[in-house]
Amino acid sequence: MYTSSEIMETINMVSHQHLDVRTITMGISLLDCITDDKRRTAQKIYDKIMKKAGNLVSVGNAISAEIGVPIVNKRISVTPLSLVTAASGGHEEALKMLDKAAAETGIDFLGGYSALVHKGMTPYEKTFLQSIPAALASTSKICASVNVASTKAGVNMDAVALCGKLIKQAAYLTRDTDSSACSKLVVFANAVEDNPFMAGAFLGVGEADCVINVGVSGPGVVAHALKQCDGFNLTQIAEVIKETAFKITRVGQLVAKEASRRLNAEFGIVDLSLAPTPAVGDSVAQILEIMGLESVGAYGTTATLAMLNDAVKKGGIMASSHVGGLSGAFIPVSEDAGMIKAAQEGVLTLEKLEAMTAVCSVGLDMIAIPGDVSEEIISAMIADEISIGVINTKTTAVRVIPVYGKKAGERAVFGGLLGEAPIMEVNRSSPAVFINRGGRIPAPTHSLKN
Amino acid sequence: MKAIVSVIGKDKKGIIARVSGELFDMDINIEDISQTILQDYFTMIMAVDLKECKLSFDQTAQRLAALGEKTGVEIRIQSQQIFDAMHKISLASENI
Repeated sequence: MYTSSEIMETINMVSHQHLDVRTITMGISLLDCITDDKRRTAQKIYDKIMKKAGNLVSVGNAISAEIGVPIVNKRISVTPLSLVTAASGGHEEALKMLDKAAAETGIDFLGGYSALVHKGMTPYEKTFLQSIPAALASTSKICASVNVASTKAGVNMDAVALCGKLIKQAAYLTRDTDSSACSKLVVFANAVEDNPFMAGAFLGVGEADCVINVGVSGPGVVAHALKQCDGFNLTQIAEVIKETAFKITRVGQLVAKEASRRLNAEFGIVDLSLAPTPAVGDSVAQILEIMGLESVGAYGTTATLAMLNDAVKKGGIMASSHVGGLSGAFIPVSEDAGMIKAAQEGVLTLEKLEAMTAVCSVGLDMIAIPGDVSEEIISAMIADEISIGVINTKTTAVRVIPVYGKKAGERAVFGGLLGEAPIMEVNRSSPAVFINRGGRIPAPTHSLKN
Repeated sequence: MKAIVSVIGKDKKGIIARVSGELFDMDINIEDISQTILQDYFTMIMAVDLKECKLSFDQTAQRLAALGEKTGVEIRIQSQQIFDAMHKISLASENI
């Protein structure tokens, strides 16, 4: 029997500290849906998703009710669609069926309208990439991602240049909703195959047929624990974060185990990322401020974030039998009340955000920029961020929103988990010649590390 | 299924009687019980077994929540698994 204080600790984490499981994401392999016929491929995709994920939402809700912890999203990730439809060329037909399956299963998001072009692009992949803006503008639950670089292959700068264009097009096509399509498009370096988080989730080709990956959350729980630590030194703070991360991750482990058993799927991984929400008190920025910064963005931000990220992993790794995905603190500006405030006050700049991404997951995430920023500047932002990932052998990503018709200082509103963001000015000095050179940045050396 | 029933609220007469009566009506066996009163706040924790309970977990939770509303306390029921997950180090034998 547990003590009342243990029972109350668990109950309070949910009722007062925003503890939730962010997502159960079912990864579904579509490799067995490949045919050379557009319609047949699309039909097979629909049938397979409905067969595997028909009960995903009800099972998720049942587990949530039994353990008393909210499971905020139920999601699906699929094999990158550019691979599945390469033989038939049928990405448009497949998109319709993905959208239909997403609606009928009742899930929140479906990721995998994706292409892996880190070394080169086939002609079909280029066509596929060019279809992304319209695909995102015409659907609400489908998410897209593009892997443009890897530590082993270097950076495909042709793809980087193209992605700047795609982001601008997506922004224009959804100009009536603050360019919201861009919130569903992630450009990656070193994309992982088992990520449960959107918008970048897809199921890699090395994965099993049907897999459950779970993303935990819990910045509010860590913040609450640290508020009790007046006078602690940083070694003690790190211990408290580890212990808290252990408990949060155990919840994810339990959910992943139960969900995979009930859905007859393989247990994939638990992703240890601390994922904030726009709710007050569920903020990664707030954790750094409790650790001793006047505001996130101050000097010391990179150091506190590095320590937080590392301690979360150390606590989480012991709590779960399989850890994977992105596993690092997220810093999406629009989804974190503390980040929004600091960005608005000008304390948190884009340059500091870029530095922060060198020590945590995952990149320049959910950042609203003026709508008139050129595609070359966006591509160069991608190139910089992606280079941090390539050189440091980690995943990095860019999800920026050039908000059509809006200027720096105005606000973009996306709603729900995606939140809202102040539009941040960017450095307008032109990188156009660099971006338009094309070609590949060679893979980095793995010795002489400095 | 083993579960934990927690009752939290202002202390008043008859809470234990009402909750245990409701559990008895639903064929739920109480295996352990503890209670504390902190600054007029009553906290009761019951370890229960739902093996013989014919209701679904949802129905059980709803009946307890409804009783809580009637008596002015919060009554939750949660699978024991969540407390095992958070407060026990070793789960290796449970094939995780």
